[in-house]
Amino acid sequence: MLDDNDRIFRNLYGLDDWGLAGARRRGGWDGTKAIIDKGRDWIVNEMKASGLRGRGGAGFPTGMKWSFMPKDNADGRPSYLVVNADESEPGTCKDREIMRHDPHTLVEGCLIAGCAMGAHVGYIYVRGEFIREREHLQAAIDQAYEANLIGKNNIHGFPFDLYVAHGAGAYICGEETALLESLEGKKGQPRLKPPFPANVGLYGCPTTVNNVESIAVAPDILRRGAAWFASIGRPNNVGTKLYGISGHVNTPCVVEDAMSIPFRELIEKHGGGIRGGWDNLLAIIPGGASCPLIPAADCEELIMDFDGTRAVKSSFGTAGVIVMDKSTDVVAAIARISYFFKHESCGQCTPCREGTGWMWRVLSRMVEGRAHKREIDMLLEVTKQVEGHTICALGDAAAWPVQGLIRAFRPEIERRIEEFSRKATLDDQGILDPAHLVAAE
Amino acid sequence: MSVRRLAPKEVQPASFEFTPENLAWAKEQITHYPPGRQASAVIAILWRAQEQQAGWVSEAAIRVVADMLEMPYIRVLEVATFYTQFQLQPVGKKAHIQVCGTTPCMLRGAGDLIDVCQHRIHHDPFHLSADGDFSWEEVECLGACVNAPMAMIWSDTYEDLTKESMNKLIDGFAAGTPPKPGSQIGRQFAAPEGGARVMKNSGAASYTKVLDMPKEPALADAEPKKQTEAANVQERPAPKPPAADATKTNPPKGGAPKEPKK
Repeated sequence: MLDDNDRIFRNLYGLDDWGLAGARRRGGWDGTKAIIDKGRDWIVNEMKASGLRGRGGAGFPTGMKWSFMPKDNADGRPSYLVVNADESEPGTCKDREIMRHDPHTLVEGCLIAGCAMGAHVGYIYVRGEFIREREHLQAAIDQAYEANLIGKNNIHGFPFDLYVAHGAGAYICGEETALLESLEGKKGQPRLKPPFPANVGLYGCPTTVNNVESIAVAPDILRRGAAWFASIGRPNNVGTKLYGISGHVNTPCVVEDAMSIPFRELIEKHGGGIRGGWDNLLAIIPGGASCPLIPAADCEELIMDFDGTRAVKSSFGTAGVIVMDKSTDVVAAIARISYFFKHESCGQCTPCREGTGWMWRVLSRMVEGRAHKREIDMLLEVTKQVEGHTICALGDAAAWPVQGLIRAFRPEIERRIEEFSRKATLDDQGILDPAHLVAAE
Repeated sequence: MSVRRLAPKEVQPASFEFTPENLAWAKEQITHYPPGRQASAVIAILWRAQEQQAGWVSEAAIRVVADMLEMPYIRVLEVATFYTQFQLQPVGKKAHIQVCGTTPCMLRGAGDLIDVCQHRIHHDPFHLSADGDFSWEEVECLGACVNAPMAMIWSDTYEDLTKESMNKLIDGFAAGTPPKPGSQIGRQFAAPEGGARVMKNSGAASYTKVLDMPKEPALADAEPKKQTEAANVQERPAPKPPAADATKTNPPKGGAPKEPKK
């Protein structure tokens, strides 16, 4: 288990003051000027050396992302930092805790990230439903302005303005280009890439979009050194991570622990064990709804990191683990995820707009078994038609859980279909209908 | 995608006007964005309009916001219908209950909460109860999965609900004395039930260890830092940075388009 001294979010549960005084007591805003004074190249190199991979799901190296920003703004276009706080993936609720209980880690991280990419303006795009979280964040920013920690003439010598913007209930705005569209006051429909946001982003200017957690861990990494961060976890999957444990565990919670923690340890130490004991585990979804589920057999040895989850044909996502015990109707659970993606599709690309609804309708029939067995293969084929044929990754995200379900629970779906067709010849009392009786004689 | 329409003409109010405080607040929001980019404030201002208008957005409000931001009406209409937190028809006077029904909540019994709403408010979502005080809807993930199942009313979330506490919640809003927001079983936010298992001695005392570390070891150390060898191995080849301008490196055939002759 991660040592208490190695924790970055030291007020995750809101036991201490979330304001500036509390943040300072916990080591925030300490030596920020020294970091800024080292210059942007040093910061970017240090972030690269730390091996931090983006915490929003895709796991792209954060330092490298920062280094894509143009070195000068010779063409007169300003650079922008945008923080993606549109956390809406079912199972994921880590950024919420940062924003409401440790907002100053994020504000300080924004200043440092802004310095590293030459951006003098930052926007934090919070999802619309996080109203109290937004208020806390805004209050923290106001405190930072008041203490002259950020702003035009701040004590750190890097002019930086930070604003909170918000959405209004669209999951798709968590996709970076959709977020930029939304920030420009439009519908959140993703843009084609290239051009990438680092070249043409917000208002057509160079922009970097980062997850809240990626930004919020930056100050502590730079204070304590890249080597410290890189020494936690295993190679290629380093650092600490906020895990969310939800579903059928005894004590669901959000907790910070080391990357590459064995799944079983994570569940038993923090989640209080599976409801009804370890053997009652049916399957998990390791990193938010878009990741394919992992059946219990593969959970035994599962290592919770990017490579460990990939080894069992899933993905790490945001580390919001959804646990399902044997009482779960797993087909219904995935059908509900399909409904989620149907609801959240932006409607721009046909394969996703039509495909997500189609997948949901077929799956909801399969929940009761009202389907043909050949439709399972048809469903699988349709998921392959949606995957990779859309502008953004929402099409892929909608296809993966269904593929995971068919891969792991095909016999269960077939059993339901058989059950349903067997019952089809019985009447309400379970008696064979007369036509069959005649045939039986 | 979800298809949403404005409320029928009969229920639309004739006009909408921001209160002076809200107008000043909206003007301040616009200053957050570069000149000419006032459209960026549209979601925030529409949200404020919704708050002012008893929890829903009317067509008149959409027109007022569009005029304020110098946007075509259709663009604001698009925004209002695209983002599902904008309610397009009147909602309950005392509470509009948004029950999260997505998988993590569903696994922990969101179905029971929806049952309660169906029985006590109206069978169908977005319909007012008989007295007009309540309405409900099933929403997609509200982002409190470790406190599932949960519901949101106005600005606050009510977490770790059961059938009983959901009934209490509705009773509370009906009587004008809503329960305290947050976990309804006394959990400390997202900590495990029964208290945090890490950093147990909360408060400043437990942080002294962190602060006692040599101040800024990474910065003060003159020696180059030793990195663990494999820490920075890339999983895939480094992606190429986006080309500055595709036309520079790969100009269109036949050179740049010529100026049309006059």
